[in-house]
Amino acid sequence: MKKLVTVFLVLVVALTFGTVAGAKTLKLAMDADPVSLDPHVQLSGGMLQYSHMAFDPLLRWTKDMKFEPRLATKWERIDDNTMRFYLRKGVKFHSGNIFTAKDVKWTMERLKESQDFKGLFEPFEGVKIIDDYTVDIVTKKPYSLLLNMATYIFPMDSDFYTGTDESGQPKDAIVKIGPSFALTHESGTGPYRVTYREQGVKTVFERFADYWDKGSPGNVDTITLTPIKNDATRVAALLSGDVDFIMPVPPQDYERIGKDKNSQLITMSGSRVITVQLNQNRRPEFKDKRVRQAIVYATNNVGIVDKIMKGTATAAAQQAPEGFAGYDPSLKPRFDLKKAKELMKEAGLEKGFECTMISPNNRYVNDEKIAEAFVAMMAKINIKVNLKTMPKAQYWDQFDAQVADIQLIGWHPDTEDSANYSEFLVMCPNKETGYGQYNSGNYCNPRVDELVLASQTETDLKKRSEMLREVERILYDDAAYVPFHWQNLSWAGKNNVRLEPIVNVMNFPYFGDLVVE
Amino acid sequence: MFAFIVRRVTQAVVVMLVISLIGFAVKHQIGDPVRDIVGISVSVAEREALRDKLGLNDPFLVQYVRFVKNVLRGDLGHSFFFKKPTLEVILAKAPATLELVFASSLIIIFISIPIGIYAAIRPRNWFSRLTMGMSIVGVSIPVFLTAILLIYIFSVELQWLPSYGRGETVNIHGWDSGLLTLNGLKHLLLPSIALSSIMLPLFIRLIRAEMMEVLETEYIKYGWAKGLSKWRIWFLHAFKNTLLPVITVGGVQLGILIAYTILTETVFQWQGMGFMFLEAVERSDTSLLVAYMIAVGALFVVVNTIVDIIYGLVNPTVRITGKK
Repeated sequence: MKKLVTVFLVLVVALTFGTVAGAKTLKLAMDADPVSLDPHVQLSGGMLQYSHMAFDPLLRWTKDMKFEPRLATKWERIDDNTMRFYLRKGVKFHSGNIFTAKDVKWTMERLKESQDFKGLFEPFEGVKIIDDYTVDIVTKKPYSLLLNMATYIFPMDSDFYTGTDESGQPKDAIVKIGPSFALTHESGTGPYRVTYREQGVKTVFERFADYWDKGSPGNVDTITLTPIKNDATRVAALLSGDVDFIMPVPPQDYERIGKDKNSQLITMSGSRVITVQLNQNRRPEFKDKRVRQAIVYATNNVGIVDKIMKGTATAAAQQAPEGFAGYDPSLKPRFDLKKAKELMKEAGLEKGFECTMISPNNRYVNDEKIAEAFVAMMAKINIKVNLKTMPKAQYWDQFDAQVADIQLIGWHPDTEDSANYSEFLVMCPNKETGYGQYNSGNYCNPRVDELVLASQTETDLKKRSEMLREVERILYDDAAYVPFHWQNLSWAGKNNVRLEPIVNVMNFPYFGDLVVE
Repeated sequence: MFAFIVRRVTQAVVVMLVISLIGFAVKHQIGDPVRDIVGISVSVAEREALRDKLGLNDPFLVQYVRFVKNVLRGDLGHSFFFKKPTLEVILAKAPATLELVFASSLIIIFISIPIGIYAAIRPRNWFSRLTMGMSIVGVSIPVFLTAILLIYIFSVELQWLPSYGRGETVNIHGWDSGLLTLNGLKHLLLPSIALSSIMLPLFIRLIRAEMMEVLETEYIKYGWAKGLSKWRIWFLHAFKNTLLPVITVGGVQLGILIAYTILTETVFQWQGMGFMFLEAVERSDTSLLVAYMIAVGALFVVVNTIVDIIYGLVNPTVRITGKK
């Protein structure tokens, strides 16, 4: 017993005086934590956020969607298929190894092995090493998104990940289920080293002493990342002062945080578009353009943004938001019930019809409520929709099987580019090429396919934007799908945490540059 | 007595088998684990390949037989998310849940017994009436609402207590305990109050009703007539007989308490088995789900078996009725 008391007292003392003066710690709460320390195991927002903490990309997006150099200091086009990158010298990995061209080549090869990333890096031939600090990245055909994809090349420490671990498994193995070396070890060049990780509970990042970017204003020594899944609890943790920074912020709490004098909230229109698709293979009615248009005209998406999203989204009339290559400012939301009814009459469906719909209920913000509102709006033009909602764990298999006439889907492009929406959502479904993988509307328009494919190899960005704008206009006129809105991104933190400079529309906060006063 | 124990244990084994079959059957309805493992833009062929690798495409029976074989070897499968053996994951999360249940049980015992007895002895007193009224309200408020209200009052408004997590834990021989640090105890307070709020009214009412019944019995009246002191009658004679049914109910309720930790833990981001279970449902981490069902099922069965055996020891008539 005496011993216990002593232990207890020592602990209390340690806890009270344990924090070193001057060391800045950031307690960060997200809705999930990285699934692995291996950046290539999963292509997801959470993993990319982690990659920006422990690794550096060759280049990265700035706040205004331009490219800025990171591990590559400059780049130039050599020919149609080749881009030359000059690498930064004197960069150290967390293991102490020096970063050189071979790490870039090694990383590219690993990306092409990764189940999740291989699709994105399909257009790439590979990396040619010119010398220790110069590489050529070669594509199979001219590829307009080469630089976009270079933001996903986070060079890994090839020496560190070479060899075999204790169990005899190669250290560079990308293992989705089960243990691997890269799951629990990392060596990147990023601002933070992972010093402790208990999956789903806590990850601790310590500032890397030899970090190359001496120009970075970032002054946080330790970041502890705790996943807090429950929305209300995450907000309460910020308001009670238990954490310094939360993301995402649930829309229903924007006001509460805005009113709190110790916290600040930042929101930004995002690029995840919420849509429903009208399945033309299941319902002959949806083959009729007038019916599809009627449905779009009857959908009051501005109303949904106001009433259901409480203004925390931007009503959409096209796939890509402002700032993207294919954004056409002339396309506006077009709620007009009278016109919708006229169109239904023209199509000879004044009496309407009955159809089915599915929607997830825990995947997008207020997804279930949006679907219910849509059902009510369709009733006004005599289309009786039978809605079934389900958790996302079950939803995607149902979506793929196309079990309903109308299906809801949200999409955020992995490439941060307009063409990606079309490739997955509206191009003619093709099992061979994988295009139209999530096109459950079975909309198929050769002109759209032609334009999107051409945009991939068009390196004149002006021309390319025009192509993608034409795609958006065709989809708009055709009412290929029903657009609702783009979800807002949101972050909140204590007043002394300077969020504003580090957040961006990709939702990759650059924690390396974070200043805490 | 020996035969009685053997009978109870055999029953327990049969129950476990049934649980495993049900758990395994449910597993196929819950969703597709592959979806959670890969990003959304991964091709169909890649996903199929992964399913093959995980043996998710085999017929149900083949999978079940493989599963039972593994269980008999003590292997409850691998969690897709944690990338570790499921049993390891569950055992790592168990201390958090058990400490929470333990703390709640303490709260329930130390609050319900005095209040229950008092309300039985002085049924017309204003305080007794108030607690009875409150207990009806208490039963009807769902636990997650209680939890959120507690967080709102004590963390957000008053900022006295932390709002989430377990705080500092100390590792003793693999048992992560939050009971040894002040910080850990602070973190434990709100969740355990929230969790005990479900059972507290029930136990107060139960103790009161039992006690009142006992106070009406002949031997208590005889005690009064003999002129025994009231303390002696209340606490020695009456209360002892009140306890028997309370213990039985307590054993059963303990299991229910473990079920309710799912809600409490989720709200407080309390890293225990309940929280893990709910996350596993969301991620359709099916092997972890089945393992959890079996583990908790085993816990239920063991607790109930022990309660029965103890009861059989205390009250021999039970063993005889069991033989009919």
